Amino acid sequence: MTLFFDAFDWLADPAHWSGPSGIQQRIVEHLAITGAVVLIAAALALPLGIVVGHTRRGRGTVVALTSGVRAIPTLGMLTILALNLGIGLTAPVIALVVLAIPPLLAGAYAGIESVSPEAVDASRGIGMTEWELVSRVEIPLALPVIVGGLRSATLQVVATATLAAYVADAGLGRFLFSGLKQREYSEMLGGALLVAALALVLEAMLALVQRLFTTVPSQAGRP
Amino acid sequence: MKHRIHRRMLNAGLAVLASLAIAACGADDSDPLSDDSSSTSSSETIVVGSQDYYSSEIIAEIYAQALEAADYDVERELRIGQREVYVPEIEDGSIDLFPEYTGPLLQFWEPDTQARLSDDVYEALVDAAPEDLNVLEQSDATDQDSYVVTRAFAEEHDLKTLEDLADVDQQLTIGANSELEGRPNGPKGLQKAYGFEPKFTPIEDGGGPLTVKALKDGTIQMAIIYTADPSISKNDLVALEDTKGLFLASHVVPIASDKLDEDAVEIINRISEELTPEGLVELNAKSVDEQAPAADIAKAWLDEHDVS
Repeated sequence: MTLFFDAFDWLADPAHWSGPSGIQQRIVEHLAITGAVVLIAAALALPLGIVVGHTRRGRGTVVALTSGVRAIPTLGMLTILALNLGIGLTAPVIALVVLAIPPLLAGAYAGIESVSPEAVDASRGIGMTEWELVSRVEIPLALPVIVGGLRSATLQVVATATLAAYVADAGLGRFLFSGLKQREYSEMLGGALLVAALALVLEAMLALVQRLFTTVPSQAGRP
Repeated sequence: MKHRIHRRMLNAGLAVLASLAIAACGADDSDPLSDDSSSTSSSETIVVGSQDYYSSEIIAEIYAQALEAADYDVERELRIGQREVYVPEIEDGSIDLFPEYTGPLLQFWEPDTQARLSDDVYEALVDAAPEDLNVLEQSDATDQDSYVVTRAFAEEHDLKTLEDLADVDQQLTIGANSELEGRPNGPKGLQKAYGFEPKFTPIEDGGGPLTVKALKDGTIQMAIIYTADPSISKNDLVALEDTKGLFLASHVVPIASDKLDEDAVEIINRISEELTPEGLVELNAKSVDEQAPAADIAKAWLDEHDVS
């Protein structure tokens, strides 16, 4: 329990918040890494997931691939990448993108697949092109599930982005590593609490977004 | 660094278990009236010990084989944990000869010592040692933390010591475990002692392959690697001399009991003389790269060096 009090003392000290290696700066870096990773991963995974969900082709391959990728230990991949790419943010960003792709991809194809066949048939019946069908019917109806995938990806990335500090001077992971090595456990626990708080805030925001998207289509879909 | 600490903790744990086991056996078997723990070895036998560290074991094997070649009776007590475990055994005479490292042993006996440079440390060590122990000549061979740069960088800027880095007109960056940032031998210590202020970037692999890669890429210019680590020569790195003593000097030094007569002491001193820093790295490389047993490495070394 004293450790927790020490950690809160550490967090309460204004000297720890300012400066180029202060908490404020580390939070900004941590959020920037998380945001960049989720954006890159979404740009890669969502189009692919939508194509797979829409055409219903290649689903087996994608499922096998993404569940395989989920099993890769991120720290191991980070080390191998950094051995080839050098230190800095490139290696951790790639490793985290790989971590974020499976939930995004799964959300995308599962969401599109879950759109009722009647709605799809009806859209075709009124003469929509395939592109109109995807963009005006399937994606809006699939949005809650897609945002669910985004939520789960964001949560994993924000928690794992601490690994960036393994090879770069960035993110909240810096407090974890330096606290661990110097046996400054209040710093380490303080850093961990910040990561947890950040994850909870992001989670709450995305849950809200998900709810917004869930209500709109169901009302619009009423006869 | 991390591995060392973990290993140390593990070793301490194992040592406790082992000593419990030995104590248990002793209670059953030995004569309860005799509490002489070295009773197993006759008065002529020299007991050679070593740390639970491959490099220390190789040096101990060299001592043992050289003494055997000169017809001494030798008993080996190799790989017996860390300082907390074996120093008491040296002090009570259960072990007669032990390859040690000047700085760390001095700190064990005198935790608040101010000595950092090689000769000061050796002198302080001789003073700090218990009376019935002899600190023999220290070797040139060292095994200590050092700042390394790539050979190309050292040649480009004509670097030999850390002092030379003050003249490099380029922002230097150190890559090391994050704890270095706040330590007295980190960036701030460099500025105080050598007058240049490097940047710092964390690489959490304790001078391992990621650090070496960053040095070769030029992402960082300086890193901390043990002087006797084979990775220094394998990757064409250069350790810069620490003239102001940021790091505690740590030379190989034999600690001996009075059981070693003059001839034996002379043999051991000859080994210390023949053992160069580069030579120690080669010995370590044979263990790390070829996984050769300590006894074989020691034999090959003694075949090449005349110590008798």
